Amino acid sequence: MLRQQTTPSAKTSLISFRVNNSTNDIPLKHSQQPINNENMQATLILEDGTTFQGRSFGSKRSVSGEVVFNTAMTGYVESLTDPSYAGQLMTLTYPLVGNYGVPPFTAQADGLAHFMESDRIYASALIVSDYSECYSHWNAVESLSQWMEREGIPGITDIDTRALTKVLRRHGVMMGKIVIEGDKPEDVPEETYGEVNFVERVSCKEIIRYNEGAEKRVVLVDCGVKNNILRSLINRGVEVVRVPWDFDFNTMEFDGLFLANGPGDPDRCGRTVRNIQKFLANEQVRPLMGICMGNQLLAKATGATIYKLKYGHRSHNQPVREIGTNRCFITSQNHGFAVNAKGLPDDWKPYFENMNDGSNEGIRHTSKPWYSAQFHPEACGGPTDTMFLFDNFVKLL
Amino acid sequence: MNTSIKKVLLLGSGALKIGEAGEFDYSGSQALKALREEGIETVLINPNIATVQTSEGVADHIYFLPVTPFFVEKIIAKERPQGIMLAFGGQTALNCGVELYENGVFEKYAVQVLGTPVRAIMDTEDRDLFVRRLDEIGVNTIKSEACETPESARAAAETLGYPVIVRAAYALGGLGSGFAATEEELNVLLEKAFAFSPQVLVEKSLKGWKEIEYEVVRDRYDNCITVCNMENFDPLGIHTGESIVIAPSQTLTNSEYHKLRELAIRIVRHIGIVGECNVQYAFDPFSEDYRVIEVNARLSRSSALASKATGYPLAFVAAKLGLGYGLFDLKNSVTRTTSAFFEPALDYVVCKIPRWDLGKFRGVDRELGSSMKSVGEVMAIGRTFEEAIQKGIRMIGQGLHGFVGNRELKIDDIEASLAAPTDKRLLVIEKAFFDGMSVERIHELTKIDKWFLYKLQNIFRTNAELRKLSSLEDLSDNLLRQAKREGFTDFQIARALRLDTKMGATQAGESVREERKRRGIMPMVKRIDTLAAEYPAKTNYLYLTYSGTTHDVRFEGDNRSVVVLGSGAYRIGSSVEFDWCGVQALETIRKEGLRSVMINYNPETVSTDYDMCDRLYFDELTFERVMDIIELETPRGVIVSTGGQIPNNLAMRLDAQQVPILGTAAKYIDNAEDREKFSEMLRRIGVDQPAWSALTTMDDIHGFIDQVGFPVLVRPSYVLSGAAMNVCSNMEELERFLRLAADVSKEHPVVVSQFIEHAKEIEMDAVARDGEVIAYAISEHIEFAGVHSGDATIQFPPQKLYVETVRRIKKISRQIARELHISGPFNIQFLARENDIKVIECNLRASRSFPFVSKVLKVNLIELATRVMLDLPIDPPSASLFDLDYVGIKASQFSFNRLQNADPVLGVDMSSTGEVGCIGDDSRDALMKALLSVGHRIPQKNILLSTGNAHQKADLLTASQMLVENGYNLYATPGTSRYLSENGIANTLVRWPSDTESEAENVLDLMHRGGVDFVVNVPKDLTPRELTNGYKVRRTAVDLNIPLITNARLASAFIAAFCTLKLDDIEIKSWEEY
Repeated sequence: MLRQQTTPSAKTSLISFRVNNSTNDIPLKHSQQPINNENMQATLILEDGTTFQGRSFGSKRSVSGEVVFNTAMTGYVESLTDPSYAGQLMTLTYPLVGNYGVPPFTAQADGLAHFMESDRIYASALIVSDYSECYSHWNAVESLSQWMEREGIPGITDIDTRALTKVLRRHGVMMGKIVIEGDKPEDVPEETYGEVNFVERVSCKEIIRYNEGAEKRVVLVDCGVKNNILRSLINRGVEVVRVPWDFDFNTMEFDGLFLANGPGDPDRCGRTVRNIQKFLANEQVRPLMGICMGNQLLAKATGATIYKLKYGHRSHNQPVREIGTNRCFITSQNHGFAVNAKGLPDDWKPYFENMNDGSNEGIRHTSKPWYSAQFHPEACGGPTDTMFLFDNFVKLL
Repeated sequence: MNTSIKKVLLLGSGALKIGEAGEFDYSGSQALKALREEGIETVLINPNIATVQTSEGVADHIYFLPVTPFFVEKIIAKERPQGIMLAFGGQTALNCGVELYENGVFEKYAVQVLGTPVRAIMDTEDRDLFVRRLDEIGVNTIKSEACETPESARAAAETLGYPVIVRAAYALGGLGSGFAATEEELNVLLEKAFAFSPQVLVEKSLKGWKEIEYEVVRDRYDNCITVCNMENFDPLGIHTGESIVIAPSQTLTNSEYHKLRELAIRIVRHIGIVGECNVQYAFDPFSEDYRVIEVNARLSRSSALASKATGYPLAFVAAKLGLGYGLFDLKNSVTRTTSAFFEPALDYVVCKIPRWDLGKFRGVDRELGSSMKSVGEVMAIGRTFEEAIQKGIRMIGQGLHGFVGNRELKIDDIEASLAAPTDKRLLVIEKAFFDGMSVERIHELTKIDKWFLYKLQNIFRTNAELRKLSSLEDLSDNLLRQAKREGFTDFQIARALRLDTKMGATQAGESVREERKRRGIMPMVKRIDTLAAEYPAKTNYLYLTYSGTTHDVRFEGDNRSVVVLGSGAYRIGSSVEFDWCGVQALETIRKEGLRSVMINYNPETVSTDYDMCDRLYFDELTFERVMDIIELETPRGVIVSTGGQIPNNLAMRLDAQQVPILGTAAKYIDNAEDREKFSEMLRRIGVDQPAWSALTTMDDIHGFIDQVGFPVLVRPSYVLSGAAMNVCSNMEELERFLRLAADVSKEHPVVVSQFIEHAKEIEMDAVARDGEVIAYAISEHIEFAGVHSGDATIQFPPQKLYVETVRRIKKISRQIARELHISGPFNIQFLARENDIKVIECNLRASRSFPFVSKVLKVNLIELATRVMLDLPIDPPSASLFDLDYVGIKASQFSFNRLQNADPVLGVDMSSTGEVGCIGDDSRDALMKALLSVGHRIPQKNILLSTGNAHQKADLLTASQMLVENGYNLYATPGTSRYLSENGIANTLVRWPSDTESEAENVLDLMHRGGVDFVVNVPKDLTPRELTNGYKVRRTAVDLNIPLITNARLASAFIAAFCTLKLDDIEIKSWEEY
């Protein structure tokens, strides 16, 4: 598996990311007859004992993780490969899933996958109501089930995902297990989501450079960055130096700092916070932008606190308002923690707020070019309304 | 918001027509509700009297007048509103608004256009401007040439390359548009298109691309949301109004979805929409290439569908934005806590299927294309595509059980049928699967995305699995559950197991139902909440699904629920009038503190607006589904008499399950529906009716015809609006028709009745309590019997009935009410010749004319009837029809211009798609308003007469005389010309198209060169020659958009009206001023 590239030389031709390294040059037909219902049963068991019966698809492997729900109606490829879903069993509330299959795992010249948000599936499992065994799309090479099977990710279908979502909404997110027919629930190893440093697991291990030699250089702290954040910077003509989550970039030379998204509890990233604090304290003021986990880490660096939301925001339809203006945006979101904006020091102000529940959606410095968003302006999946935040950032460099 | 606005004028869309139907009652009602909430005084112009928006308490002042610049200006001058809303009355209101703007009327009276500015509307309506505006922001449009002459259009087609698509600019729903593969085809299209519009657009055809729509909302602060996207099941080439539509899109990836979303927002911002707007795309199935097809800068059929599909009240929000609000000021009306600035997340799939009534038209082209022909639509909700589409197929109400399990369709050439889709295309696909055709092959022929075809194949395969079994014992729980999840009804399962051949259809279905319940396989009630359960919802907008394990709502079992069954898809014979009735019933129930529960599935209605009732089940009106709901709701009772024929037909079966039917008992409903029983009752109480006989053998028929003579009326029982009903003038016709009719219904006998000519037709709409009539309205048809009551022009109160006739009609009605123990609404149709009265039909339910007579009489007969059915005290109304010092006239709207080749002649089968009702100080005034409202114009100069047989010619003599006296030039076909000349009336002879001898001008040439502006063509009889000649004249009039009347009595009345009353003399009075 080509996960880290130590050289930025990726001016090579398309690279296959296929796990088994099988060649990619014989494209599969972009649709095929349905695989016969194997009808292998699977059970979803929540921490509180609630169970849901369904059928297995994807990998026939039992798994445990934090059960969360996502209300987006498209974008299962993007969501599954979003590193922020690491350790989670992702429930999709939109019932029909798999319709357009899965695109090929081809890569751009710089090594980033064309159609994916990272180099593999990060969610631990997928929970749906009506998995579509047949798919149809010109750019698809395999079915969702085939892909998940290849990557060892289990799926469960025929679940009343609406009922499940209501349980999670009332109770809050909780741990759960998908148990495949024949396995015993007690044999599935448990993991406590809050105790794992997922950022460490998903972050790059070495520095990766993109667009080397460009006029401006941005250091991007990879807590689990989505490819489209990288693409959004690269396409705007800046050099991106992607560093591991705990790397002290303050010794490097660069024009701006970017704090990327990532999974899990921000309180596990103390080292990153300290690095950010150093950056903020530096006499040389350089622009900073953060997204999602980046927003939370920046807030922590200013002294504000973070709390866990009852059931998070995972969707493509979250309304945010730029505070003090009439400007509103529909945003893509995926986070379980939020910034307590009341704890911000005087020279920091909330930038955006969620129009549904009033939670913080970003912060900015009152005089310096530092801001962050809790939502995902890079979209992929989801709406592209807030791409201008990248434009602004690049302009500031 | 803009506080200078105190009074707002809203334009309605007039009569329901193909391309512009009930959705605008819904949009207008929502907008008026939004205005009322702001304390703004509202004025509504809409001649469609059967709508909910023209009911008491919706707008402050209502004008039942034509939505035309002339009348709107007069009303503006009188009412002096500060604001006007143009976006809620379809293309009719939009076009009218643009014309008023161009004439400087808004400026003259200082009226502010609220919402999208007129300039922006014009940018979207004029194709050239539109393309230029989108070019400015680098958005691709379909390469198209706007042409003002046929020559330039031909040249454009040559350059673009055939096939091309032709559209008329400024026309609603694809009127006058079509595909042309050759220059000959193009020439035919061009003539028609230029008759509707001075500008014609020629475009390269993108047949086979996907068609995708986005509904976009923008506020004046430039905030935008896309509330919903939708994907057409049918590929580009089939008008979106003719397509099955799925929401949200199913085959678009995230990247495609958001690419089109971003473009939609960019377009809407650039054009400067304030309110709601619809963007339609053609989308390449093999890349991310796209073209913008069009932008509708107004509420549309799609926006109504999107509102229902998502629960987002687009029209309501658009009206608020028009007043100057920002989206951030408004709340999501479903959760009532979250913001209206958001995009709904669906956790179900929605499927819209159009309803056609092409069988009602002689000669009509059945192939689906770029022009809309459907008359209504349904929306089905499910958690699998299979469930949604099977529900939808049943909902359209054409006797189908779903995708499978139907009577076998005979198709000669499946491949050809797949390639040339008609309203039957789903059945052809099923047949193709049956013949073993692959998804790939079907896709090649139909261009329907394979994903949809795979899903249909799932249904087909499940059915095949079921068919391998021969009894319920063999059926596993898993397979049964799978079938139910895929939307199979109990009956479909029974039929697959061939139980229906063993025990009869009804019992077979019920046996599966019993077994299924025993196994605990039950549907679950889910809520539509706009946020996929992320936040709690306050409304009760519900549907049922088998993809679920828990209900979203609690069932109180407190005996407070009253279920009202809705009227289903709009169709010819049943449309907005029954929606009005349903809504009145709901409101009455609510007022009494009871829980009003509606079951209906028509997205074009107000009754399916979730704030009209306490619980809305947006679901099927099949026996199975209604029983599912009743078993959960355990209601106090069910109202079956306000939703037209669909609920009425369920009464007996519900009653057999001990469901409490409110109002008249089911057995009496049956006594009225069953001709035999009804006839027997009439005989018993001494009431006359036209002679009739139930047909069993040919000998009986001969015997019967010997007694009564021709013509006879032939029809099966238990039908609505005379489907498959026909008048036969000779034995050959009769025998041919019966062969067809026998196929239609085996359970109920086909009856032949004596057909009485030259008789008046009279309607009694009434409410009775325990058999005592407590309120009634008698109205009179202007046409003689023979024109279907749904097509006839009706005046109320009657103007030309003998007092004796009225007295007898009242007496008979009382007798019938008593005999049938009527409690609730009913309608009786009578024939009267002199004072000889015969009963034709009796329905123990509200009729089509209830809203009309209620509003003219100013007594809400449905409220009264509902109170009776709920057993509440009532105040018998004091208003009597003889106290009215004004007249109401109900006229019919025809949509023949949409129905290529259909003969626009009226007969015993209904063909109108809508109606208007106007009030005047006398019948001339009311008739003028009504006919102008349905598209007639007062002729300028030249009139063509072709007036049928001797009797009809005589009927029109006075009117012809009057025309000449008023300075009109008359053109007449040979027989008519001779007759007029013999009676000293000057006229110009024109020859029939079939006559090649005569030197006179060919009547068709006269019409084509624009030589006449009004045509009266009364068919003489049904001989082939007459049909050909007359048909050509009628059809040409329709195709060239020349007003046409085909009935002598109506023509006389209209001529008398416009010859004695000038346009400026027409009274501009609101409803409350009468």
